[in-house]
Amino acid sequence: MNHLIPTVNLDVNPAELVRPDRVHTSLYTDPKLFDTEMDKIFYSTWIWVAHASEIPDAGSYKSTYIGKQPVIVVRDRKKQVNVLLNRCRHRGATVCEHKKGKANSFVCPYHGWSYALDGTLRGVPHPESYGDCLDKGELPLVSLRVEEYAGMVFATFKADIQPLSDFLGPAKKWMDLFMKQGAGYPIKVPGEHRFRFPGNWKIQLENTTDAYHFPLVHKSFLSSVDEETLKLFDFVEGPGYVEDLGNGHSVMVMIPDLVDLEADLDKPIPERFEGLAAELRDEGIEENQVRRIVRAVGGSGFNLNLFPNVACSMAFFRVLQPISVTETEIHHSAIVMDGGPAVANRYRLRLHEHFQGPMGFGTPDDSEAWERVQKGASAGTDLWIMLNRGLPGEQASEDGLVSDVSAETGMRAAYQQWKKMMSAEAK
Amino acid sequence: MNLQLLNQVTGFIWAESDMLDHGEFETWLSLWSEKGTYIIPIDPNQEDFENSLNYAYDDHHMRVLRVQRLTGGESISTSPQPRTVRTLSRFRVLSETAERVTVRCAQNLREFRKDALKHYSADIVYELERAGDSFKIQRKLVRLINSDDTLAGIGYIL
Repeated sequence: MNHLIPTVNLDVNPAELVRPDRVHTSLYTDPKLFDTEMDKIFYSTWIWVAHASEIPDAGSYKSTYIGKQPVIVVRDRKKQVNVLLNRCRHRGATVCEHKKGKANSFVCPYHGWSYALDGTLRGVPHPESYGDCLDKGELPLVSLRVEEYAGMVFATFKADIQPLSDFLGPAKKWMDLFMKQGAGYPIKVPGEHRFRFPGNWKIQLENTTDAYHFPLVHKSFLSSVDEETLKLFDFVEGPGYVEDLGNGHSVMVMIPDLVDLEADLDKPIPERFEGLAAELRDEGIEENQVRRIVRAVGGSGFNLNLFPNVACSMAFFRVLQPISVTETEIHHSAIVMDGGPAVANRYRLRLHEHFQGPMGFGTPDDSEAWERVQKGASAGTDLWIMLNRGLPGEQASEDGLVSDVSAETGMRAAYQQWKKMMSAEAK
Repeated sequence: MNLQLLNQVTGFIWAESDMLDHGEFETWLSLWSEKGTYIIPIDPNQEDFENSLNYAYDDHHMRVLRVQRLTGGESISTSPQPRTVRTLSRFRVLSETAERVTVRCAQNLREFRKDALKHYSADIVYELERAGDSFKIQRKLVRLINSDDTLAGIGYIL
């Protein structure tokens, strides 16, 4: 006999929609839930906005979004990073329409109100008409709380939530490990691939901690790489693992040998890197540093998923931006060694182009799979998304819970955080 | 204006376009010089493509792999294969030597796959090497007019 599936009243409580081993399909399809997510998740926690290298100098800025709200991330003259709402305090126009650049100030194009790099309202044309009814001190660009760890800059609308460092918790040591792919040079983001797919943001969030899909969805990528790389990516039945790190964060270790890129530098250089190693030696780089660069050049052997919008994914940063309940924008930011040998950085750029982006050998296939999820999720409104893979083998670990590499432990971690935040009482 | 040369390069580039729209990839590969590069940049002002991030920066090896991916049937984003029709016009010879010709033209491409019709416009600059009475492609540089905006998956050769 089949069991009766109890019906769920979507308006009652988002907590009803997340169970230990599954989530309700409405998490992908309900516009009301999406609006609540903006408020209770994106406007209530730490959101990644930039890597420090994207805004290197005084006046460097980029424009981006937190949830649905446009913001400017800018370094001021004191080298402090400010995250400012991109909205003039006069009549609401955006004060910056460039994706990135350098500026001395932000001037509203509508009536010319001008703001300093820290958001202070500096000048208002023809102020006479205001008499004494305009206090410039009361109308700066709205400035958010900003904190940074390991070069990753986060902002939040909330003054009273825990410090970034506490929010990241055990994820911090993985961020430190990830940055070792600079091989001693600072990490720099030289550019990014942007693309959109017609699907909910959480489908992408899940994917960064999904080893299970790799051999199938990325078959055409795997057919395009050398034997050594192929072996490296054959990890689904390997010794890797997924660990829940708390607060919705998780790490998926696909290639345990590449967790610490500064370990095992005396191991033989893999055949596929021999050409690169020879070129580095020709540039006069000493052997230990050659080995350090060669070991780091392909990236780390893990994906670190930071709830809700960024991941340190092998050799790049993956950033997601929700557009609507059924549309999401993804940025894949490349990483190079700032000041490192050009030949090694070219290797990294070509690697990024090979897999990522709208013309990569990986991203379009991921995108197709996610689109299919969204399309399929409109069938069977009372059905559930199953997330029970790896449950029987799941065990407590020092930082949380751990299971095999293709377990859905990381997704369960994210949805438990979703449940917690979506159930929080409004303050 | 050297109309004979203009006709010659236009004929060559139209034939290349027709091969791409009709899936004649092996012949397409043979149009290239061994050291030729196929480049789709992101930054409209970028000139140093080798040392910057592009959508594609293909040498011969990568071009062969790209063709294999498009035709191998292993990629869910290219099966079903997108149908494309591209129209090239506004040809202009930018420079000409005994060995080389540089041509710029406009490409408007319509793509249809499953249930969606998409449109990509680009400036293309061809660096062509003279080879007998025809050419080999030394470099094909595709500057999409929306290259620095958000794109969707492109499962074919631009």
